[in-house]
Amino acid sequence: MANSKSAYSSPGKQGKFDTHIIVVWVDNEAGVLARVVGLFSGRGYNIESLAVAEIDPKLNISRITIVTTGTPQVIEQIKLQLKKLVPVHKVADFKREDKKVIFKEMALFKVVGNNSKKEKALNACKKYNAVILDKTKNSYVIQITALRREIDKMSMNLKKFGLVSISRTGAVAMTRGSDIFR
Amino acid sequence: MSKLYSGAEIVFKCLEDQGVEFIFGYPGGAVLPIYDELKNYNSVKHILVRHEQGAGHAAEGYARSSGKPGVLLVTSGPGATNAVTALTDAYMDSIPLVCISGQVPTHLIGTDAFQECDTTGITRPCTKHNWLVKDINKLEKTIHKAFEVATTGRPGPVLVDIPKDVQFQKTKYQKYKKPKKLNGKTHRNFSQKDIDELIQLMSKASKPIFYTGGGVVNSGPKASELLRELVNATGFPITSTLQGLGSYPGDDGQFLGMLGMHGSYEANNAMHDCDLMINIGARFDDRITGKLDEFSPKSKKVHIDIDPSSINKNVKVDLPIVGDVTEVINATIKTIKKVKPNFVKSNKQKISKWWEKIQKWRSVNSFDYINSTETIKPQYAVQRLYELTKDKDTYITTEVGQHQMWAAQHYKFNKPNRWMTSGGLGTMGYGLPAAVGVQVAHPNKLVVDIAGEASVLMTMQEMSTAVQYSLPIKIFILNNEYMGMVRQWQELLHDKNYSESYTAALPDFVKLAEAYGCVGLRATTPEELDDKIIEMINTDRPVIFDCLVDKQENCFPMIPSGKAHNQMLLGPKDQKKNKITGKGKTLV
Repeated sequence: MANSKSAYSSPGKQGKFDTHIIVVWVDNEAGVLARVVGLFSGRGYNIESLAVAEIDPKLNISRITIVTTGTPQVIEQIKLQLKKLVPVHKVADFKREDKKVIFKEMALFKVVGNNSKKEKALNACKKYNAVILDKTKNSYVIQITALRREIDKMSMNLKKFGLVSISRTGAVAMTRGSDIFR
Repeated sequence: MSKLYSGAEIVFKCLEDQGVEFIFGYPGGAVLPIYDELKNYNSVKHILVRHEQGAGHAAEGYARSSGKPGVLLVTSGPGATNAVTALTDAYMDSIPLVCISGQVPTHLIGTDAFQECDTTGITRPCTKHNWLVKDINKLEKTIHKAFEVATTGRPGPVLVDIPKDVQFQKTKYQKYKKPKKLNGKTHRNFSQKDIDELIQLMSKASKPIFYTGGGVVNSGPKASELLRELVNATGFPITSTLQGLGSYPGDDGQFLGMLGMHGSYEANNAMHDCDLMINIGARFDDRITGKLDEFSPKSKKVHIDIDPSSINKNVKVDLPIVGDVTEVINATIKTIKKVKPNFVKSNKQKISKWWEKIQKWRSVNSFDYINSTETIKPQYAVQRLYELTKDKDTYITTEVGQHQMWAAQHYKFNKPNRWMTSGGLGTMGYGLPAAVGVQVAHPNKLVVDIAGEASVLMTMQEMSTAVQYSLPIKIFILNNEYMGMVRQWQELLHDKNYSESYTAALPDFVKLAEAYGCVGLRATTPEELDDKIIEMINTDRPVIFDCLVDKQENCFPMIPSGKAHNQMLLGPKDQKKNKITGKGKTLV
């Protein structure tokens, strides 16, 4: 046992990290996002991406989707701590590998170049529901919806076709089939 | 048309309806409208502190000793930031506080106005919830909600920030009706199946132990009664965390003393070797578990807690039971009576070996120390204080450090709500203002702050509060001129480099007492200690007792950092016996 010069115990073994998508239904009130995000930063949890918007203007409910990584114990803590927040109504948790859930992110790519480059870029995007949102003589703004790693890949691939600017959202999630999360 | 009330009036209407008798506070620009209304509400008495941190700790002391929420009233900016330490302290130790703070007028929020700060932003991580009330029509509902959040589920502090213009605006007040059913943030979702499983585990165990914590105290006096019944009905040994002391009688044979870093040898060894650990309202804090990988390796663990997020946070348990301690123990006792009326008899044989083992550990007498006839040993001082006050219904608060551990080791509590100490946050300066709050709640009881001279200087100004309201608190200072716990760690871990842990130029505490208008006493020898303590007890005014103790004394036993429960370091007596010399100490 090495001499410890601390009044605190040394860290134990760390478990395996998994990626989870946490969905939180909250009252859309001042400071609610700060409460959720503050809980993550305050307790040292990760946030890989974040998407939030009001989904029910009548009941003032917002839906926050957070992609996070952690050991099973940490993920469990995240859920339980979130449930303790007063404006939180419910918390859902999905593993990234979960086949019953659809995950999507959206990205906007601005491509600048001649026609050939622009078309090549558009072609490369085709399989990700590509939509041209803006067109000029020498540029496209292309919207795609895809998984995180697919967008990662596209943003690499499109460099050679004149990609000059990227804007992307955090992931949003929804279960497949007729079931909803209660 | 019904009468219109100002925001300030609504604050007091709410406090009245919540049954609040005392508020601890300090006026300032942004709360003046509220202070202006104070005269019209006789049922609410205001205690003027000398610093907002003192208001917070006093409210904590009030809450912990009375079981009611503590209320504090502070102004914007520095008033609110001064309260942050107390709010965090209450958050860590699960104490229900309602902090009402003034804020600059709504139109000035965000402009860096005079005495403006982002109060809800600053206090967000140290409260259960907080509110900035910008709409007068939401004020009443918000304050009542604040009391509900503070007192239900796992209790804790909340804050309501009220801009000055809202305090002036007027609206109607609806008579408050206490909600019958508490909403979804309370957790009572254990089932009979859980209880059956617990009893199954209990009847199978041959080395069981109860490990109880502050949750028993927070659950109310009934929980402590039921706990005694349960422990007696099972014949199991019981240990308690620092916060749980008093929920089970400290002088009972089944009680092994406090566990943890400075807990008893028998409690920690029993925790390590047990085959069934029943955690009731404790949270597997790092001062309790020591090295997590080696924490009680052979036991089945049951965790009873009202807060689901406490389950599996630090230690993985086999049977979680989420619920209020009173209800869970009640259900357990009922089921035992029904299913196993002869539990003690049938189990006695099974756990008799376990008790033999425990007695062996107990015979080490790990709280023992080498007494002296020349200097007062701090442990001796606490023991004498205990012996001379145990027949009164005494309330003890402490500061943080060695004296706190000695108090926990040597003062034996028989009732809950008699022991107020800052365990989670470890706030030096907690005990004096907490004693003020305790004395406010129990004006005719003996209230003693067992203090260290370093801690107590952090909030010494509250003596002035005690004098103003004739609160006869007793500040019993174990004065060793060092920040004792810091000094101890430096001796054991940092090669006796006592960096900045000695306080030169300490005040003369007896003269200080006189300057505050209270009574100063000093004891320098063991011989005169008893007489001086008796004099202190018989003084019907606030007292500062300067007890000059051994400067070098260390707090033993202890679990050295990074070690497990069964690797305790014992005191000097035992070290001599086992010939652990100076070298042994460097192994810490």
